[in-house]
Amino acid sequence: MSRKTLIPIGPYHPLQEEPELFKLFCDGEIVKDIKWETGYNHRGIEKLSESKTYDQVFFLVERICGICSTSHPFAFANAVEEIAGIEITDRAKYIRSIIGELERLHSHLLWVGLAGHFLGYNTVFMWAWKYREPILDLFEMITGNRNSYAMFKVGGVRRDIGNEKIPVIRKILSDVKKKTDLLTGAVMDDPVIHARTKGVGILTKQDILDYAAVGPTARASGVAIDVRKDDPYAAYPLINWKVITAEGGDVFAKAEVRLLEMYESISIIEQCLDGLEKVSDGDVNVKVKEIPEGIGSGRAEAPRGEVFHFVVSDGSNSPARHKIRAPSYVNIATFKKSCIGQTIADATISLAAVDPCYCCTERMAVAYDANSGQRIMNAGELISLSADKSNELKKELNRSK
Amino acid sequence: MDTELVIEKLRENFGAGITEVVTKSPSRVIVSIKPDLILKVGEHLYKTAGFRFIIASALHTKRGFEIHYHFSMDKTGLVLNIHVVLDNENPQIESLSNMFNASNWIEREMHELFGINFLNHPNQEKLISEGNWAEGVYPYRKKFK
Repeated sequence: MSRKTLIPIGPYHPLQEEPELFKLFCDGEIVKDIKWETGYNHRGIEKLSESKTYDQVFFLVERICGICSTSHPFAFANAVEEIAGIEITDRAKYIRSIIGELERLHSHLLWVGLAGHFLGYNTVFMWAWKYREPILDLFEMITGNRNSYAMFKVGGVRRDIGNEKIPVIRKILSDVKKKTDLLTGAVMDDPVIHARTKGVGILTKQDILDYAAVGPTARASGVAIDVRKDDPYAAYPLINWKVITAEGGDVFAKAEVRLLEMYESISIIEQCLDGLEKVSDGDVNVKVKEIPEGIGSGRAEAPRGEVFHFVVSDGSNSPARHKIRAPSYVNIATFKKSCIGQTIADATISLAAVDPCYCCTERMAVAYDANSGQRIMNAGELISLSADKSNELKKELNRSK
Repeated sequence: MDTELVIEKLRENFGAGITEVVTKSPSRVIVSIKPDLILKVGEHLYKTAGFRFIIASALHTKRGFEIHYHFSMDKTGLVLNIHVVLDNENPQIESLSNMFNASNWIEREMHELFGINFLNHPNQEKLISEGNWAEGVYPYRKKFK
């Protein structure tokens, strides 16, 4: 029998929705099976939520994910407002959508940068993260925080975006757009990136339906689902934009969808800013007296896909049950389809392609031989394995310096 | 397929097994069914009507163990909750995971947190607390007076 090598990826990273451990079972270079384990840092947020008041739950769910920290409050607000039958003001709708789309921009830039890093393109990494920085500055200006913005509440938002800030936001957005052009051009035209990502980690339409995958992962396989369009909330029904899809289902298609989505996000924010200028300043809240008994299903499209919150209210000031489903919960499961049969070097980018928050890949610990327990390679060596493959391709394509 | 047609088809196929239909809005419907129909209803929604399985939420109430299976009709924005109530003493229901992989993890999670047994599940191992939680202790169960 051939020797099977176990490569653990994980077990712990604090930024994503779920700390996780992937065990890749490899025969030589080829991944033969993959197993997923979690629970190293189970925070019991659903249970904790039952002990918090509706106002406090926002701060709790904001901390589920550090990168898309507004998508959970967004979905929770939608669920609670559905129970109480609250219609928020137009100004609050625009502000909510602006925050949601700014978050998508910085999250997608973060992904592009890290994907570049793992392919051995550290320039892409540095560019993307540099261009992401002004968006975080923008967040600080609007909300007071670079991350975990604490903007949402039942019945509206906590802070207004003053009309005097609108020209500054427009200026930063136009700069980001130029940089996005540059980045998109560099990524989409590079033959080595094509060679490393096209045909790698393919998910078919049927895989998407079977695993019920969502977000850019689904849209890159031609499944045009997007909660913002399908079940519109906040300002999205008032705005013109289109759902980006691709047909390939591979890593390249997922990158393409994310890069092109950034243009849609910029356009959505610009239209929301136009909307803000038309409605009166400061009107961002409706008064909420109590949350009646009932159930509510709230959805929001996070950068990684649909976030779903199910809230059961018994008429008290805390949820009686609060079920949360982050997009990675369904997207991660598709690894069984996308990674098996690939080389280890390609598995790193396939695992990253659904954007499961990259730290998990960063924390690749040490590879052991599954039979003898002998150390084979460490995290740095695994990353350089992927980078080496790109370097070889660069040489072949005469693109090395 | 609009919301009314979805409900009509469900009534047509599973008339006697449907105990209650609550239409909160055109995009939010709760259909309560008898638990032994879950496989057939799941198959109808997934294979015939084109629904996507979002997730399932279990809750422990005085009525017993309740599960809301959330399905999404993405073309119309409808979230259809299929609601079942299971026996308090011996909660069990057929697993949907042989039909689609999407329910595999959440059924394992519900088994682990609530002690609900999913019959014919392909692999009903613990999902969250593998190897570090006592057997037969279910953290999300409640005590009612």
